[in-house]
Amino acid sequence: MAAAGETQTISEYIVHHLTNLTYGKLPGGFERYDGSVVPDGGVWTMAHGGAEASAMGFMAIHVDSMIWSIGLGLVFCWLFRGLARKAESGVPSGLVNALEMIVEFVDNTVKDTFHGHNKLVAPLALTIFVWVFLMNLMDLVPVDLVPYTLMLLGVEYHKIVPSTDPNITMGMALGIFILMLYYSIKIKGFGFVKELTMNPFNHWAFIPVNLFMEVVGLLAKPFSLGLRLFGNMYAGEMIFILIAALFSAGLMWMVPAGLMQIGWAIFHILVITLQAFIFMVLTIVYLSMAHEDH
Amino acid sequence: MNINLTLIGQMLAFAGFVLFCMKYVWPPILAAMAEREQKIADGLAAADRASHDLELAQEKAVERLKEAKTEAAGIVDSANKRANQIVEEAKDAALVEAERVKAAAQAEIEQETNRARETLRGQVAALSLAGAEKVLGAEIDQSAHNALVEKLASEL
Repeated sequence: MAAAGETQTISEYIVHHLTNLTYGKLPGGFERYDGSVVPDGGVWTMAHGGAEASAMGFMAIHVDSMIWSIGLGLVFCWLFRGLARKAESGVPSGLVNALEMIVEFVDNTVKDTFHGHNKLVAPLALTIFVWVFLMNLMDLVPVDLVPYTLMLLGVEYHKIVPSTDPNITMGMALGIFILMLYYSIKIKGFGFVKELTMNPFNHWAFIPVNLFMEVVGLLAKPFSLGLRLFGNMYAGEMIFILIAALFSAGLMWMVPAGLMQIGWAIFHILVITLQAFIFMVLTIVYLSMAHEDH
Repeated sequence: MNINLTLIGQMLAFAGFVLFCMKYVWPPILAAMAEREQKIADGLAAADRASHDLELAQEKAVERLKEAKTEAAGIVDSANKRANQIVEEAKDAALVEAERVKAAAQAEIEQETNRARETLRGQVAALSLAGAEKVLGAEIDQSAHNALVEKLASEL
């Protein structure tokens, strides 16, 4: 970190750590970092720096977020598919025990909260809990380890915590939002429309007011869900980066910074688990609400 | 912090992983866990039943032991009775036998006595004849006096 920070200011260091590795389409006429101008019709390329990433707009993809997110999702699949293969009615041991504990915990949480009949909710909750936990867990990897290593290999930017990318958290939240809408309409049918228009004031004259309030309430659910996870993880990551920046402030800061790093990491173990749990529970609650007919 | 295609990519990945979990992960794990739960419940029930059976068996054993004791006591009793009876019978038989032997012995003794008496009588007759012969100094006609002598002898 000190080596990387020698020629950087602290603010550059922080910005560098918060920039995703972005692949996208630069619009025609854009002047690139090296002074060349993008030809008409645009060009698909790796972004160099935040300005180019912003210029790409929606037509870009965060390669690091996607790789880590899908990679960790595959880790989840591999772990639990292994469990599913090994699981039998005999005496469980070791890893099987630990994973089964998670499955049982999720199963109980779903049973306590969700009272409808839906085969999707429990596996959904398990996927969310473990996947989000794994993504959050990346926060505990020292902030410079992977980006600095990859920088030596020629990859300029790298963020290894997918859940500090709002695209990732909002992507999941929107997925859940789609499920909420789907089940609301499927289970309640016209009742869903009634719920949106006749609550909280049960009179036809209040329909516009009701509709406005209910739609805002409905939309607030996925946004709060996705942004809560993003906000917590982003803030946690930011503090890790700030503490890491302290290392470059001189030798006398090394020891306190090291202690702070350890302290924050230990506290963060709690945060990442809690955030994964909250995301899972809120998903179950929202889907449960979508299943309840008033 | 730009919203871009990553959002769509994550939604697709999310859907894929959830479907995978729903198809290949959740059902087998839950099935295995339910099966294990059932097995444990069965095992506990079997243990309960076994301990109950054991209790019953113990009760039965005690019952049987008691029965056997009573039976044994009965057998000993009747055996004793039978033994007494046999002894009694043997005693009776022995008495009868003794009686019989005694009677036989007595009869023999009597016979012997009679025989001895006969013999003695004969000898006395002969002796008295001879004595009388000597006393009289004359030969007595044995055949003539036999009746007399016989009479004498029978009086002995």
